Amino acid sequence: MNILYDERLDGELAPTDKAEVLADLQRSAPGLTLLHREEDLRPFECDGLSAYRVLPMLVALPETLEQVETLMKRCRALGVPVVTRGAGTGLSGGALPLEQGVLLVMSRFNRILDLDPDARIARLQPGVRNLAISEAAAPYGLYYAPDPSSQIACSIGGNVAENAGGVHCLKYGLTVHNVMKVEVITIEGERMTLGSEALDAPGLDLLALFTGSEGMLGVVTEITVKLLPKPETAKVLMASFDDVEKAGRAVGDIIAAGIIPGGLEMMDNLAIRAAEDFVKAGYPVEAEAILLCELDGVEADVDDDCATVRAVLEKAGATDIQQARDEAERALFWAGRKNAFPAVGRMSPDYYCMDGTIPRRELPRVLKGIGDLSEAYGLRVANVFHAGDGNMHPLILFDANRPGELEQAEELGGKILELCVEAGGSITGEHGVGREKINQMCAQFNPGELTTFHAVKAAFDPDRLLNPGKNIPTLARCAEFGAMHVHNNELPHPELPRF
Amino acid sequence: MAETRPTSTDQDISEALGERVRRAAEAGTALRIAGGDTKAFFGREIQGRPEEIETLSTREHRGITAYDPVELIISVRAGTPLAELEATLADNGQMLGCEPPHFGEGATVGGMVATGLSGPRRPWAGSVRDFVLGTRVITHEGHQQRFGGEVMKNVAGYDLSRLMVGAQGTLGLITEVSLKVLPTPGARHSLRLEMPLAEALAKLAEWGRSPLPITAAAWHDGALHLRLEGGPSSVAATRERLGGEELDNGFWEDLREQRLAFFSREDDRVLWRLSLPHNTPSLCLPGVEEADLIYDWAGTQRWLRSDLEADTLREACARAGGHATCLGNRHGPGQADPFMPLEPVVEKYHRNLKAQMDPKGIFNPGRLYAAI
Repeated sequence: MNILYDERLDGELAPTDKAEVLADLQRSAPGLTLLHREEDLRPFECDGLSAYRVLPMLVALPETLEQVETLMKRCRALGVPVVTRGAGTGLSGGALPLEQGVLLVMSRFNRILDLDPDARIARLQPGVRNLAISEAAAPYGLYYAPDPSSQIACSIGGNVAENAGGVHCLKYGLTVHNVMKVEVITIEGERMTLGSEALDAPGLDLLALFTGSEGMLGVVTEITVKLLPKPETAKVLMASFDDVEKAGRAVGDIIAAGIIPGGLEMMDNLAIRAAEDFVKAGYPVEAEAILLCELDGVEADVDDDCATVRAVLEKAGATDIQQARDEAERALFWAGRKNAFPAVGRMSPDYYCMDGTIPRRELPRVLKGIGDLSEAYGLRVANVFHAGDGNMHPLILFDANRPGELEQAEELGGKILELCVEAGGSITGEHGVGREKINQMCAQFNPGELTTFHAVKAAFDPDRLLNPGKNIPTLARCAEFGAMHVHNNELPHPELPRF
Repeated sequence: MAETRPTSTDQDISEALGERVRRAAEAGTALRIAGGDTKAFFGREIQGRPEEIETLSTREHRGITAYDPVELIISVRAGTPLAELEATLADNGQMLGCEPPHFGEGATVGGMVATGLSGPRRPWAGSVRDFVLGTRVITHEGHQQRFGGEVMKNVAGYDLSRLMVGAQGTLGLITEVSLKVLPTPGARHSLRLEMPLAEALAKLAEWGRSPLPITAAAWHDGALHLRLEGGPSSVAATRERLGGEELDNGFWEDLREQRLAFFSREDDRVLWRLSLPHNTPSLCLPGVEEADLIYDWAGTQRWLRSDLEADTLREACARAGGHATCLGNRHGPGQADPFMPLEPVVEKYHRNLKAQMDPKGIFNPGRLYAAI
């Protein structure tokens, strides 16, 4: 399966002349850094989904908003597509360049413009790294809650584009819950403000619409986020289970006890062994599954909750329960989980990370389905799971050097996502659709719903110049891909035209 | 699955609603969408000649369609009474985190979502929009579509579910929503601390930076009113630390439902809602006394009784980074448009979006702004 832009399925792009575009931009945006030689373009040919690479026509590295404005106006006039990129850590190919397009790299906008501890907000340029926000807020006892595992490197602009999550979403929400305001430059080069430093803004909630829109509606040039007071304490329990289903049920039991953990993570045996081998976190390598449950808040409540959770886990059949004795051990427990991806990476030449979400009650069935698929395809799958919010990250192990194995892994991944949709879930919880899951969108949404998405796009970018081919598939692509739209085992909407 | 107490009135009339929308689109009739009609005051009159406006009621489309307390998610049809939804949640030790106002017995879930109004817990727990996970919507062509879903995390496609919140029904007919719910806190205590406004605002800024279990804070009538919620241990400890006199927990419902004397219909002055950033001092508006204001949401939502010129007030709010909504008085909507005018570029994209999603202008035309 090749996911590169295909004009036959994804829509025609106007022919562009590289020399002409370069000359135009050099003339109209003096001082704008433009890369055009192949060796300079090479580092930008992919994002975190490195299996796919395309050399962009040009790379623009603006330093001022005026340059971005001019760039947008000229690209629109010339009919040149613009793909916006932050730190390039995205896992779904959302910043995969186009051969005929300009790659707009926002990394030079990397300043924290303002941090107001009393109003508990920070005003940021889009290139500011996620972790840098919390580091800057730390002296005031504050932090920025969403913590995607790439937080050392990923930028806040990219977080907004993808509606990034992390391990604390159940309690503290996604990016959309933590961003208050964005400044945007449209494809027409206009500036507009969405949201407010107040808790709401007049008019339609375009801020929510832009968050997670994958650079398809405008370019975000400034972000105001809310900061939260750091919890007084955080404690973590690790429970071992001899059965994955028991662990899955224990997750529900914790929630049923009225507790919202700060983090609630699950790993299966293959993931446990990989992480232990890599990090030596003290994980029980014999266990079929472990649960990591972090409770945070005011000290007295956290102690009460730890006791409650311990009792729930015992009743749920945990074979062993450990509470991290100190901050160092807590960090170690988490180190295993946070390094699960690279740990699995050591076990196999390549791995492919999925991002489906399901209602938690479907976990046993979906895990079994993944197990069956894994066997059928002859590829191992390690499961890492944000259990609290139903976000699964099955990691498919494969060897790209073996002919056909990448294709096999991708096909298996697609089947897993379709399994998630069938179970009432979604093909992506936090990584985004990008180019990677463009075909699976046809399984999650019917043609009528996709048409509505295209209508939204047309309101902001009628010429389809912003990141064309990402996020929302054309109906032509879905017809070709032929996926049957299945939801909750219901038949597709019969009133809608079939292709 | 939990007991969801299906009632004899539960029914799915989405097909009929779709048909109504299709007919309206054909005839070019404007639809005035109403649930319990308890929040009709919140927004502009529907635009059009009276004989060309039809009221479309969602009230018959009701019932909880899915609720598994362990998932922390409930799906419910738009016409379901808000009170019924809240009672079902309470039976299972859960609640709506956004604490929405009802403004009347008939308030429906659809009205909560369409207006997007949240209660005293909003600054700490989040707004209606923050708890919406998915919606089913009838489009301008009468098609039923679903966006988002019944999962906590979902970034597939544009977030049309949250876009519907507060859109006042101008983009489509909401028929069902899936909401994230929260466990009811283990302990609750409300208290009243006599202190001047400036001191209260300073305290709130200070407390906002520490993890105290505060879930409501309003300065009114010379005192800071606080609600503490959380585990019994932390609520007890904070109660001891802050002192003050005990306040009936019902105060927050009275504030939320605008039943305090401050909101009296006898008062002829216009009621304004000011939305401002955290830590905004008094705006020092000409002719406005302290008693003319309630500082809810730790000062970020201020209720004002005043006949001040709309432009003067809105400029002052805009300078502080906020906006003002005019709720009128018992005689009518007041001299100003209810919602603050948009910047021209933002307005242009509002119009574009309306044109794409409701090209014939059948869904609550003019409810939000003249052109929307």
